[in-house]
Order: sequence, then C-alpha cells, then structure tokens
Amino acid sequence: MKRILTIVAAFCALGFTAAPAAAQQLLHQERSLYRNIFVTQDGDERCMLFRWPRPLGRESCRMLHNPEKLIFDYTQMMLAGLYLDPSPKRILIIGEGGGTIPTALQEMFPATQIDLVELDKAIDGVARTYFDFKPGPNMHVFIEDGRVYVKRAAAQKPNYDMVMLDAFDADYIPEHMLTREFLEEVRADMAPHGVIVANTFSDSALYDHESATYATVFGPYFNLKLANRIILGRAGGLAPDDLANARKNAATLEPMLSKRGTGSDFLLPLLSTKVDWDPNSRILTDQYSPSNLLNALPRR
Amino acid sequence: MARKQSLWCYTIAGWSGFYVMLVELLSGRLIAPSFGSSIYVWGSVIFVFMLGLAIGYLFGGIFSRYSPSLLRLCGILVAAAIATLPTLFFGTQFLDFMFDKITDPRFGSLLTCLGLFLVPTIFAGMVSPYAIRILVKNRESSGHDAGYLYFISTIGSSLGTLLTAFYLVLLFEVNTILLAAIGISVAVGGLGALANYRKV
Repeated sequence: MKRILTIVAAFCALGFTAAPAAAQQLLHQERSLYRNIFVTQDGDERCMLFRWPRPLGRESCRMLHNPEKLIFDYTQMMLAGLYLDPSPKRILIIGEGGGTIPTALQEMFPATQIDLVELDKAIDGVARTYFDFKPGPNMHVFIEDGRVYVKRAAAQKPNYDMVMLDAFDADYIPEHMLTREFLEEVRADMAPHGVIVANTFSDSALYDHESATYATVFGPYFNLKLANRIILGRAGGLAPDDLANARKNAATLEPMLSKRGTGSDFLLPLLSTKVDWDPNSRILTDQYSPSNLLNALPRR
Repeated sequence: MARKQSLWCYTIAGWSGFYVMLVELLSGRLIAPSFGSSIYVWGSVIFVFMLGLAIGYLFGGIFSRYSPSLLRLCGILVAAAIATLPTLFFGTQFLDFMFDKITDPRFGSLLTCLGLFLVPTIFAGMVSPYAIRILVKNRESSGHDAGYLYFISTIGSSLGTLLTAFYLVLLFEVNTILLAAIGISVAVGGLGALANYRKV
C-alpha cells in the first residue's frame, strides 16, 4: 500500500529533533519479513530507510535527475575496489539496498557477470520499483541468506575477481557474516588474488575485533576510513605494488568514476594500511560473535 | 524432609527452564553458519523446542505414574544434559552433513534442529510434570503447587534467555557456554540425587 505523507514542521515542535526536513515525503512503506522499509523523497533525492521518521541512517539514496552520481561517501569508497582490479570479470555483491552499487558496476562493466545476493525479497522489489534497479542479462539476483549463498557457492569454485560485502540489517551487519569462518568461506569463493571490499562502521567497540578478524583472513588491507570504514584487500593479502598500481589504475578509471561523482582526489588519500586497531583483539568466530552487542558499546 | 524435597523440585525445574532457553538461543547461533538466521531458521528452532517440550510434558506425565521419586527427577535433568553432548562434539559435522544433503534452508534447518535438539528438549519438558507429581501431596493444594512450580520454571527460562543473550555470548564461546550448562545440570542432578538418596 502506498501512502503519501508530508511531514510538517509540527514534528519539530513536538521535540522530534531528529525528524527529517519538512520537505521530506514518505513515498512508500512496507513491513517485510525482516524489517520495515521506507522510501522517502526530499526534492530530487530519493532514499531507502529502515527506520522512519527518526532514521538512524539512510540505507540507500539516489538523485532522480542525476542517478549516476553516488551520493554516499561509502558507496564511492567501495568503488575504490576497482583500483585493485580495474576490469573484474566476475563480481559477487552481498546486500542489495537500493541497487546503487550493482547498477553502477553494471553500467561501467556491461560484460561482467555480477551475482547479487539479497536476503529480503521486499528490498529487491523496492529497489526495482523506486530506485530504477534493472538487472541486465549478466546480473543474477539471488534471494537468500548471504552466508548460505557463499558457503554453497564454494562447491562451484566461482573464482570471483571481486567480492563486495554490504549486507546490513537495521542495526549492523548480521553476526554470522562477521566471523572468521564466514570470511574464509568468502575467500574460498574468490580468485587467488581477488579483491575483497567490505562496508563497515568505525566507531564502536566492534571495530577492533572486526578489523583483527579481517586481518586474520585477508592479511594487511587498505583501511578507508571516514564515517564508514571500507576494508579493501585481497585474497592472499595486498601485493607490494598494489598502491603503485592503484595510482595507475586511478588515472585510467578517472573518467568513469567522475561520472559517479567521485575520483582519485577523494579516494587515493584514503588508501591507508595503518593498523589503528588493537591487533590482539579477540577474533570473531562462529563460536564467539557478539557483534551487535559490541557494536552497541562505545570504542575504548 | 518434604520441604527439602520440594526445594530440590523447584531448583531442578528452575534450572531446567534456564537450560532449555539457553540451549534454544545458542541453537540459533550454531545453525546460522549453515542455514542463515532468516525467519524460517528461527521458525525451525522454535518449532522443534515447542514440539520437544510438548512431547516431554506428555512423557513426563506418563512417567510420573510409575514409582515417582526425586532420584528419577534428577535422572531426567541429567539425561537432558547428556542428550545435548552430541551437539557439542558432533554438531559441526552434522551441520555440514545436512548442509550438503539438503539445499532448501527451511527443511535443512528444521531437520538439523530435530536431529540435534529434539531429544534434549523432550527430557527437559519431562521435568515440570514429573516434579509436580512429587510436589503434590493433596488435591486441594495441587493447583497451587503446579502454579508455583511453573512460576519458578518459567522465571528460570526468562533468566536463561536474558543472561545468554545479553552477557554470556559476549564473554564466552558457544560451546563453552553449552559445556558449562551441561556441567551445571549434571551437578544439580547429582547433588539432588545424593541429598535425597536415602528417601528413595
């Protein structure tokens, strides 16, 4: 059922300080098996949210009249994965959201096979209806749990050149997709020097544990850190010349990325390998993964 | 003496309630790596635990008709604990086996849950009706005794849920928590049996 509501300034008067701007309209809301999904529009900007009218964060947004532009820093930062492999032939993306990243990659690399895994069928429906998500002939959408997909895919030896992890629920990444075992299963699905790109947060007690867990499985990685933190690494660890090659690839990719509203001026300075977490933090495993509890605690 | 026996009945029922919810919460964690944590996985978990408890209530009631004793009640508690041991030692292998055999995560998680958790839950379900049989001394107080036992048992369950979800998983590995819970069950059952051995 579609509803159109206009949020009026009265919300603010009622003390809803985090309420969205008065111009924001609710275009759609639905209760899926897993969450509430809201689609809002504010001028030219259309967003998907899991909480509304007091959002904790926006899951996905696009500009209606400039749909190629990536609005969020984190989506731009995830494209830095292309600096490590500027022409991936097979990509796995876990977590669909509004389909922003799959759409961008599909447009940039029409011949690339993209496998997209999303748990919630309703998210896929909303992406197609409200975010103009149109999978082409080389994109396959799988509606299932990302962990189960990854584990089962190993039998086919898919050799993904790039894996992008962007699966979130209303709080954070599901706990069974943060463990060492999960990341080992992801690595098993990757080509020998395939690229891993993971969207994470950086401001909670989970940061150290999560960082150490990724380092255990993937070795040293680039840690792109703003409000979100993007882990950018390789199966088998970064190569010594990865930074130099990233600079070369950045120059080649610049026209493509500038269309998306990003580029090397923003992305290259973020490619840091500095270990700013406690490397002795307890590793997250299938036996020990209180990730959402840790994520609710402030970082020491 | 009857009071001491009652105290043991309440202790065993309270711990059994705690234990069953602890295992139920952790079972979701054990199954997630193979079948995810989707709504149908939790549906499978809850179905199996409800089914196990239902069968346990039935069996516990029937079993209580034949020479009921506190010693046997202790035995039921220990049996529930021992029936959980295979999950600890062979859980991963069983999960991998089911993952390979069944591709549909609904039935994969359902059959895995049945295989790992139905038997311990049946034993746990037997505790309350059996304990009520020992507690009830006359018809007039039977409702009161049953109500009080369910109160203790369900308080145990609620604490088991909260402590496991809020604290235990933050501090310990899943198998460590399971092993400790099994150990406590055996200890409670063993101590109860020792303390009441002469009254059998």
